[in-house]
Amino acid sequence: MSRGRYGEYGGQYISETLMNELLYLEEQYNHYMNDPDFVEELNTLLKEYAGRPSLLYYAKRMTEDLGGAKIYLKREDLNHTGAHKINNVLGQVLLAKKMGKTRVIAETGAGQHGVATATAAALLDMECEVFMGEVDTKRQALNVYRMELLGAKVHSVKSGTQTLKDAVNDAFRDWIARVHDTNYVIGSTMGPHPFPMIVRDFQAVISAEAKEQFLEKEGKLPDAVIACVGGGSNAMGAFYNFIEDEDVKLIGCEAGGKGIDTPYNAAALTNGKIGIFHGMKSIFNQGDYGQIAPVYSVSAGLDYPGVGPEHAYLRDTGRAEYVPITDEEAVVAFEYLSKMEGIIPAIESAHAVAHAMKIAPEMDKDETIMICLSGRGDKDVRSIAEYRGVDLNE
Amino acid sequence: MSKISSAFENGTAFIGFLTAGDPTIDKTVEYILAMEEVGCDLVEIGIPFSDPMAEGVVIQDANVRALKHNTTTDDVFDIVARVREKTDIPLVFLTYINPVFFYGYERFFKRCAELGIDGIISPDLPYEEKGEIKDIALSNGVDVISLIAPTSKQRIQKIASDATGFIYVVSSLGVTGMRSEIKTDLNAILSDIREVTDLPLAVGFGINTPEQATEIGKIADGVIVGSAIVKIIEQYGEDAAEPLKEYVSSMKKASNE
Ligand SMILES: Cc1ncc(COP(=O)(O)O)c(C=O)c1O
Repeated sequence: MSRGRYGEYGGQYISETLMNELLYLEEQYNHYMNDPDFVEELNTLLKEYAGRPSLLYYAKRMTEDLGGAKIYLKREDLNHTGAHKINNVLGQVLLAKKMGKTRVIAETGAGQHGVATATAAALLDMECEVFMGEVDTKRQALNVYRMELLGAKVHSVKSGTQTLKDAVNDAFRDWIARVHDTNYVIGSTMGPHPFPMIVRDFQAVISAEAKEQFLEKEGKLPDAVIACVGGGSNAMGAFYNFIEDEDVKLIGCEAGGKGIDTPYNAAALTNGKIGIFHGMKSIFNQGDYGQIAPVYSVSAGLDYPGVGPEHAYLRDTGRAEYVPITDEEAVVAFEYLSKMEGIIPAIESAHAVAHAMKIAPEMDKDETIMICLSGRGDKDVRSIAEYRGVDLNE
Repeated sequence: MSKISSAFENGTAFIGFLTAGDPTIDKTVEYILAMEEVGCDLVEIGIPFSDPMAEGVVIQDANVRALKHNTTTDDVFDIVARVREKTDIPLVFLTYINPVFFYGYERFFKRCAELGIDGIISPDLPYEEKGEIKDIALSNGVDVISLIAPTSKQRIQKIASDATGFIYVVSSLGVTGMRSEIKTDLNAILSDIREVTDLPLAVGFGINTPEQATEIGKIADGVIVGSAIVKIIEQYGEDAAEPLKEYVSSMKKASNE
């Protein structure tokens, strides 16, 4: 069996043309992560450029309103570019640069990962091209222009469902033609090994910081950590350093869309089956003959028909629990956090907020919850207005 | 050993690819037989997939056309059954691994054995993951065809020594599609592979003109053509049999000049 396994999940199901490049990437990754200069350079970028450590904020009004567990927000929304994506991207683009590459490519759904990659590419003087489904370029037009401002070229992907999975397909298609000068900066804990490991390691800074911050503020670890799950990178980052602490409940929130008993959702761990796609064995939403299913979510960032392999493993072993959150619940949470704390969350992150709203009231007052607030919601204001039937152009 | 070696007994083999169900199931049966009639030595039948990641636009579009009227894996087996009533030409499946995984490896390869499928090519199953199907395929008489790419380098040794059937040599970087020029030093790759194995070596990706077929035919044991055939089917739809015959016979001839 190949490397990069999480139980039966993971692996390297990819074209032979890319295999040597993946092996090289893994070797270079291991080399640089053991190089104190590289680690120092990356940590400096995270601190001076991205604004880490991110705050662990006690949401007092929300806690009092819900009347149960104390709620803390891990404020990834305060990072430069407004989401957790920058943690991973700074690591991967810096690595690409050290590897002698001159060009990076990325897929993007909501546009957050594309913006983060374009940002890091500008900073580190690399050529950057981003693949984005045509449907998503319309949902997130502002982010398209943002990427262009940052000097990136955005390809509107017209194949398939014209969303995130198709953007991933086209990014791989581009990479296979240009392995010599290009690194694929993948946006989540997915794809063939070593990507799920690399992205998880770069995102693990979230839980590394949170653990210290909790000990400092509460003198103990949180009772539950809640994060939204698209491909699974912010969740993996928020979970990773708590996996060994078995009393900390880990809860991932998937896109329940219009309901898990309708075809309009993206809840792979709830509705999907085991399969092999995008380089990995994992859980995917798929039809009768193993055709990858079209999925749906109000949130472009969660609109992916699968999940990273380590999450599939954490589910099977019972270490983490995964729940679907509907569009409506997420939108209510989006509005709730805005009014209650003056923080507009990304609609993706609002899925995690929604679950905290469900479980906090049932928990004791001396218990604590950490919500990974993976991003800020400015990008979503227009689509939430639309969802609520408000015409902003009137 | 499967029937595959017989495909390489009439000079340089011509290997044609089409996507099952494009434009219809009946037409796929007809087009396979038409290609065979004019000298195609082996046919690769593509099982349509929603996300053909290693494919360029021409074959992507064929997958879309086939799936639009819901061509299923069982339909593809029906196509094979009907072809098998008429000919024993070597047949291999070109398929992404998920439809096979979903169907169930046991069930899939048992069906292959019943119908006389000789091999399987899976673009997302590199050497490291071949274990998924290797034993079960071989025990059902199905060769798992190995791909070797211009980037394979030191991997050639282990891939080639484990290969059966024939070896699919990928001519260039990138996805499938017609290319005007093939820049890879194929001679060097082919001779590296020949140091390891006596299996026939067929070259594919990008080949579409008779000139290219002649050039490849001089150094390889087989010429694989996909996108150019699919393009003819795209262009002529249900009336592609004659143009296909014309094209395939000219390419078979050119491959042996
Ligand atoms: C703010 C935000 N949160 C979460 C996600 C989902 O990705 P992941 O599951 O990899 O964290 C995205 C993806 O675009 C995002 O922009």
